[in-house]
Parts: sequence; structure tokens; C-alpha cells
Amino acid sequence: MSDLIKLSAAELAAKLQAGEVTSVEVTQAYLDRIAAVDDSINSYIVVTAEDALTTAAEVDRLRAEGVELHPLAGVPIAVKDVVVTDGVQTTAGSKMLEGWIPPYDATLVEKIKEAKLPILGKTNMDEFAMGSSTEHSAYGRTLNPWDIERIPGGSGGGSAAALAAFEAPLAIGTDTGGSIRQPGAVTGTVGVKPTYGSISRYGLIAMASSLDQAGPVTRTVLDSALLHELIGGHDPKDSTSLPEPQTGYVAAAEDGAKQDLSGVRIGIVKELSGEGYQDGVQARFDESIELLRGMGAEIVEVSCPSFTHALAAYYLIMPAEASSNLAKFDGMRFGLRVEPQEGPVTAERVMAATRGAGFGDEVKRRIIIGTYALSSGYYDAYYGSAQKVRTLIQRDFNAAFEQADVLVSPTAPTTAFKFGEKLDDPLAMYLNDVATIPANLAGVPGMSLPAGLSDDSMPVGFQILAPIREDARMYRIGAALEAALEQKWGGPLLSQAPELEVK
Amino acid sequence: MSGYVELVDYDEAVAKYDPVLGIEVHVELGTKTKMFCAAEVEFGGEPNTQVTPVSLGLPGALPVVNGKAVESAIKIGLALNCKIAETCRFARKNYFYPDVPKNFQTSQYDEPIAYDGYLDVELEDGSIFRVEIERAHMEEDAGKNTHVGGATGRIQGAEYSLIDYNRAGIPLVEIVTRPIEGAGERAPEVARAYVQTLRDIFRALEVSEARMERGNVRADINVSLRETPQSPLGTRTETKNVNSFRSIERAVRYEVERQAAILDAGEKVIQETRHWHEDNNTTSSGREKSDAEDYRYFPEPDLVPVAPSREWVEELRETLPELPAVKRRRLIGEWGFTDVEMRDVINAGALELIEETVAAGTAPAAARKWWMGELARNAKEQEIELSEVSVTPAQIAELQGLIEAKRINDKIGRQVLEAVLAGEGNPEAIVVAKGLEIVSDDGALLTVIDETLAAQPDIVEKVKSGNMGPIGAIIGAVMKATKGQADAGRVRELVLERINN
Amino acid sequence: MSTISRDEVARVAALARIELRPEELDRLAGELEVIVQSVAQVSEIVGPDVPATSHPIPLTNVFRDDVPVTPTDRDKVLASAPASEDGKFLVPQILGEE
Repeated sequence: MSDLIKLSAAELAAKLQAGEVTSVEVTQAYLDRIAAVDDSINSYIVVTAEDALTTAAEVDRLRAEGVELHPLAGVPIAVKDVVVTDGVQTTAGSKMLEGWIPPYDATLVEKIKEAKLPILGKTNMDEFAMGSSTEHSAYGRTLNPWDIERIPGGSGGGSAAALAAFEAPLAIGTDTGGSIRQPGAVTGTVGVKPTYGSISRYGLIAMASSLDQAGPVTRTVLDSALLHELIGGHDPKDSTSLPEPQTGYVAAAEDGAKQDLSGVRIGIVKELSGEGYQDGVQARFDESIELLRGMGAEIVEVSCPSFTHALAAYYLIMPAEASSNLAKFDGMRFGLRVEPQEGPVTAERVMAATRGAGFGDEVKRRIIIGTYALSSGYYDAYYGSAQKVRTLIQRDFNAAFEQADVLVSPTAPTTAFKFGEKLDDPLAMYLNDVATIPANLAGVPGMSLPAGLSDDSMPVGFQILAPIREDARMYRIGAALEAALEQKWGGPLLSQAPELEVK
Repeated sequence: MSGYVELVDYDEAVAKYDPVLGIEVHVELGTKTKMFCAAEVEFGGEPNTQVTPVSLGLPGALPVVNGKAVESAIKIGLALNCKIAETCRFARKNYFYPDVPKNFQTSQYDEPIAYDGYLDVELEDGSIFRVEIERAHMEEDAGKNTHVGGATGRIQGAEYSLIDYNRAGIPLVEIVTRPIEGAGERAPEVARAYVQTLRDIFRALEVSEARMERGNVRADINVSLRETPQSPLGTRTETKNVNSFRSIERAVRYEVERQAAILDAGEKVIQETRHWHEDNNTTSSGREKSDAEDYRYFPEPDLVPVAPSREWVEELRETLPELPAVKRRRLIGEWGFTDVEMRDVINAGALELIEETVAAGTAPAAARKWWMGELARNAKEQEIELSEVSVTPAQIAELQGLIEAKRINDKIGRQVLEAVLAGEGNPEAIVVAKGLEIVSDDGALLTVIDETLAAQPDIVEKVKSGNMGPIGAIIGAVMKATKGQADAGRVRELVLERINN
Repeated sequence: MSTISRDEVARVAALARIELRPEELDRLAGELEVIVQSVAQVSEIVGPDVPATSHPIPLTNVFRDDVPVTPTDRDKVLASAPASEDGKFLVPQILGEE
């Protein structure tokens, strides 16, 4: 394995700028790694080697000519397959979109292309981002590089596993209820869900519009900050996009790395601990708290009583919005079309047959729940009430942020579970998201970074939540904690990961 | 679906039952781009060329509201004396249909942009009927289906359909009335006059070209009958997409006659959607409309609320143009028409045509003569609206100009008009091309006159002796010889000159 | 709270235009029952005085200028469609006119 691929994106960028390596060398090293391990890990649905090398060669040429480029130019990146890419198959992990070649780019992809980051390919995910294990992909499950018997988290298991298996230095994820942070936690990588509206949703295949948010999937906090600044910012094509520029995150991460947190108040959320939280997860969390205290932070406990209802509200709002967002998958304009096996071939029956055959179990389950929650007679009791719970959760956040600058919790209650363990128990599966969901409901930013290994030698995630538009705070505190932990471990957590079998 | 339908004579029906109307009018706004994306809107484009990922409902696409469309909606609301919402939202109306690309229509549900208004409508006898407006809200149009392979070409029996999404996403404002009560036997006229008045307002506001024949304005007409004006409302039917003023009147009439027959037979009217058939002036049953129709409305999460500031609303109110009813009162004074003349002009849909003709330089009386005379006859013969007659106000003004300059006479004028109607070009070009200009060269005329007089010496004698009677025959013969292209007045002068010399 | 019958699932599946096999209907009826029971708590904890939040960040009046953009390439779009003819999307016969 080339040492190049163990470098962080920031380190790679520095070497590229200094002319110590070329983008073609870096990109090829990653493509070689993908060829060596992805048959077993299955992080990628599609690898776009040719396009990546073309971009890399262009970057090398421009750099040789002395053209000013984006700092990350030439650093390869992987994109979750829920993000639309012009001319490259985009499936969202569904059979419904097998072979669909979009005619346009998502805004964040336009930004990546403008900055000239070679795109390595499209990463695997739970179908339409519905799941916490990447077991619900129509393109096979992705394996956790720490233990191939275990899930890599979901829905963005492909992006997280690609980072953990050194198949990419950067990746794009999307997070509706934890799909960036939970895979980050269980694979020992960093994942950030920015403030709602910080990154354009234009070109993300929507699950739940009021909850979806794209974000960075990386191996270091600084890399997330770099990527966040690259893909963030106002987009006139997304009405819910924040009007202000998305900057200051890199500076915040660099500031945090100095490990001085004096004057910072950190709030532990009482409701996100205790029953259901694995001992090893709680222990690593507590140790991280001590490190933060050691850097001068004041630790307080805060209570957010409505968080106990967040899961229920989420499992009404998300499927309701998803049931409508996924109505367009009907076999009429794009993607799969299936004719009914018997009876007349009418548009109505073809739609039903297509959706019956094209959607997997979890997607059907959520569309049915959502349709039920919105249907007449139930709207007020379900969707309407859930939107009110959302208000309560926002109020809890507001009150908590009076007492603390950031809130913290374990990212997920447990480490990665084994394949199939929760497949037949949707409620148990949904519980994975209990600590990540409140952020989506309130729109606040959240980050997960590695906090060590649990008793089962699997990674544990540490979550930092900041107020709306205060993403910089979590970069600062995350970078501080990361630096302190790596000092303690003598290197990144991923250096403790087992070597993968290579072809 | 065909089969014999029992009808009750209209007069009998309205003597026995009180009709109540409800009218939903959809107007396509004349914005350059669509409601939620910047795809260009232009009539008659190649299929699926006026689209973006948004108007095609492609995965990942997101809507953004067209500010100009909101402005137009507010103007319409103000013109209809509505309150403008302090804040309102879009909602998704979820239903599966192939011409609805997202399988939901982005519309407004419980929070329309304008509500609680009214429109005063002038009827043919000059009386005013007030129609209460419940709401006006913004939404988007659907694509267009073409049905292929069926025997009838209609939707039933078609083997497949082809869809063009150019129209999908065009901004619409839907205006919904409260139940229109008290129209009595004049219900068909009220319905027509209401939609016609709306159409005039849309044009005056310049929010839409409002061309019925292009489907810019579409009306859905709800009709129900009840025993007396005091009885509770009866079961209604909704006749969809009635697309001409004449049809609106006929559709109401037909539904009154049909429902009366059902009620007379002691049966119940079924609440349903009905389709209007232009060819035989009847409606037929569409899908039965049940209250169980479940659109699963919820606030559109991809859009943020619209909260028009009071300053903006007042600014727009300031810019409202003179509304048609006010304008009519003004024009009566300016044009010197009588009230009856003006009413006839309005009823014929000739007001704007005359206005434009006058603007192009023609005297009001002359403009009225053309539009209410020749052209009204032409429209009637073809069974089309006056505005659909294939001549423009500019062409009429040009034609009248030729007559006033004495380059042609009235008779030739009518001949030229026929050529214009036949699509042969503009009046002046036709006159030149066909050599229809009046013969004003006295020399040429005198040659003809001399020949005519030489051939009829007895008449010359009579005239000389003071009997002017037969002079008409001479003039007629000269006109005939010049194929009508001579100025009859000049011919008379020259004939008298010749005889008396 | 109501219990969800197999018929109710079938009704909802029809609204959602998803053809379900009999065994799927059976399974979903059971699962939905459990899920709905566990999420039904939301209606019990909020009073009428709590406003609903539909957008996490309150923005208003986000409008676009009425200026056209280059349209999406029709050939690209139709190339990815299940069927097309004469520049239009070809779909099966449509019954039940709207």
C-alpha cells in the first residue's frame, strides 16, 4: 500500500502545491487501492477512473503552468450515490435508478468540478438513504473495514468505509437523521452534518427535504473544514440555502488544534446517555470529556427533555416527506419501468408495478408509513403533532445553548453491530439514530469524530452539536479533542485498524 | 357514455329550481419563465425543449419561486378586492398522474395569497351582479398528453400517450368564487360575464395574454340546483375546462337542464366531474368525485413562506391600471357612443379591438362600424369569437385610412377586407397588388365617359333638357366600365360637365 | 390510537401507488402497527398552544428573477427515459382522466 493514501487531504494538498507529488500519482494510488480492496469492502457502486485521471492530469498541467488553483485541487474525492452527477450513473442505492444517467450536476458537484478535485466514483448507501447499516442497498452491502462481519453504518456506509479503508481521502455524505455521523462513528472516521442550509441540496436525491443536509466525510477534523468551505455557500437554486458565505471553519479547526479551550462551556446532554448506551461507548465518551476538561473547558450537564420524543417525531416527519419526494419514481420519465404481469397495461398499473418491484422493503415501509401519516384523518395527530414536537426540540436546544457553547454526546449508542442483527426489527434499527436525530429536527450542526475503541475493539464516535450557524465552534472543539486523543494514542485511530486483505 | 340524456326545457327548469354556481378560473400568467424554475415559456415550442430538471421532476431538482409570478398574483388579488395574506405557504397536493412530473402539484392549500374579495360584473342590461371571491392562489400547470392509437383519439381506448412537459410548471393563479346565488335564470349569463370580466382584468393588469383559445384561461364550472333560494345547497357537478365564453354559457344551461330532469324524475344528482363537449354542446360523466379523494396536502418543505410586506402590497396597489369597468365609463364619454352602443360593443367582445383600432388612428365611430358590422357577421358565420377573426385592429385602421384618403371606396374596402380575412396580406399591399386603387386620372375617366355618352345620345338629350333622372344610368355604366374603381362623385361631376358643355 | 388492518395497508399502498404481494401486506400490517404505536406519543405531548415548525431555519420571500436559463438537453433526458417518441415521453395508456 502506497503511503500516499494514508495522508490526510490537507497533507496531500500541501504536497501537491509544493510539487512533491502529482495529482495523477495520488489519483492512481487511490484507484490502485480501490482495485485492491473494494471487491471485498464494496464501498463504490461505480468507479470513474478515467474521468478522475483526466481531471488529475489537467490539474498537474495547470499547476505546471503556474495557474492559481483551489487549495484542494488535485485531491481525489468520492461522492455518495445520492448526489446527482452529469453523465455518470446515479442510483441512490436503488434498483429503481439502475442505469439512470442524469443530465445535470448537483450544485456541490459543480463546486467540486470547478475546484478540480478528481472524482473517484459514487459510493454505496442504503437505498434512498433509508437505513443505518447499508444493508438496504440494491448493489450489495458495504463491509466495515474494522471487521468485515459488521455493518459500516448507514446510510452513508460506502463513503465512511471508503475513508476507513483508504479508498479515498475525502468523500461526500448526506445526513437526514445521522447518515454522515453514525457511519463516521462506527468506522473511526470524521463526519459533519452542517447547519441546515449551509450546503446546497440542489441535486441531492431528496429523502426528507426539511431534514436532509450534505456534508464532509473525512479522516480528520481539518479535512472536514476544508471540504465544508469548498462545497458550502448560498445557492440560488435551493430556496432553503443560507444566504451567508460558509467560511471560517478551517481557521476554527486550526485554532482548535492549539488545544486551548479555556472559557469554553461544554454541555453533556443528560438524555443522550444511560440505558441502551454500550459500556465501552460510555467509557470512551467519559475519557474524552476529561481531555476536554484538561484543555480548560468547563463541563456542565444540560437537560433536553423533549429529545426523548425526537425519534417518534422523526419517524413521522421523515417518512411523510419521503413518501411525497419518492412519488416521482414511477417509471414514466426515467429509470425502471415494470409492466404488470397480468391485466391491462395502463399508466396507473405500470406505476404501481414499477414501484412494487423497484423499491426495497425499507423504502416501501417508510413510504407506507408516510402516506398513512399524511392521509386525511391522521394528519393532525401524526404529521401535525410531530412538527410541534420539533418546536419543543428547538426550544430545548435554545435553552441548552444558553448554558453551554456546544453540546456533546456519544454519536451512536453502540458500536457497529453484525450484519442481519437488526434487519428484521425496524424499531431496533431506528434506535441507532437516537442521538443524531435531534440535530436534524432542529437544523443545528453536528460532528462525529473518533473517540477510541470500545471493549469489542470497534470504533466509538464522539458527537459535538453547535447552535445554528455556529458550525465553527464544533470545528474548533473537534480539532482540539482530536489533537489530544491522537497524542494519547500516538497517532490516528485508523492506524490501529486491521490490515485489509488485498488482491 | 353516449346514449339518450333526458333534458328539461331551460325556462321550465329555472322556474322550478334555483341554480347555484361556483366557478374556478385558472389563468396562466404571462411570465417569461415557469413558476418554480427558469425554463423559458413560449407558446408553440418544440416538445420538451422548455424544461429544466425542475419542470421534468428529475431526482434532485428543487423549486425556486418566480418573484414576478408572486407579484402578478398579488395584483390579481388586489384587482379582485381581496385581502393579501401577511404570510402564506405553498403546499404539495399529492396525486399520481403522468403529466404531473413530481406526482404532486405544488399549490397553495389552507394559506392562499389572496382571499375574501369580490368582483362586480356588468350584465347585458347594464345591471351589476356582485360575485364573491373566496380565494386566489398560486400553483403550477401540468404537462400535455397526446393520446395515440385509440379509435376515437380520446383518452379512452388510446393505446399509449405521449407527454410534452413544456407546459408543466407554467405559473397559474386559480380564482375560486363563493357559491354564486341569486342569479336565477340569468345564471348562464352571469357565468359568462364573470369569466369575461376576469379575462379583461388579466389583460388590463398585463399579467396574462388571457387567450381562451390557447387555454390561457380555463374555467371549471360547478352547478347545483335547489328547490328554492332558501333550501340548502344541492349536489353539484363540476364541468371541467370550458374554454370559450359561449361554451361557459351553454355548459351552465345544459347542466341546469340535465340536473332538472334528474331531480324531476325523483333521482339524485351524482357529485362528479363532467367533461364539456364543444362539438355537440353537452357534458358527459368523468370520474366520480368522492370526498375520499385524499391529496395528502402538507406544507412544501422545499420552499419557504411568502410574506409580502405591506409596503410592497401598497406599491403594487399604486401601479394597478385603470380596471376595465372604469375604463368603459371613461370611453363612453371619449368615444361618444350611447350606453346601448357601448353595451353591444362589450357584449360582442369588441371593446379592446375598437380601442386598439382607435389607437391606430381610426375614428371611434368608423372602428365601431367595422367591428360591429362586417367582422361581427364574419365571426357569427364562422361561430368564433370576434377576437378570433383573422384580422388585426392595425389592419382595420389601415383599411379605413385608405378609404378616408379616397384611394379606395367603401365597396372596394369590403372587397379588400375579404382578401385580408383570406390571409392575402395587409390592405395596402392588397390594393396595390390587385390594382384596386380608385381611378383618379380625369383623362382616363373622360375617355370612358365620352364613350358611354356617345353610345347613349337619348339620355344626353334628356339630361340637357333638365331631366336629371337617367344620369344614374350613365354613372352606373361608367362605374361598371371601370370595374368600380372610379370615385362615383367625381364621375358625376365629369358627366355633368361633359353634357353641359 | 387506531390499529392498522391489512385492509388499511392495502388502501394506503393504493394511495402510494405501490403494488404489494400478499405476504408483503401481511408483514407490513404487523410492522406498521408496532411503528405507529411507538410514534403515536407525539400527539400526547404537544398542546394546541405549541406552533408547528416546518422549516428548521426560518427564511421568507426567497424569490428568483424572471430570467430564462438554457433548457436541459432534451436528447440527454429522453435517452434516459424508458420510452419516447417524437421528442415526447411515451407512457402507457392513461385511464381515468383527471
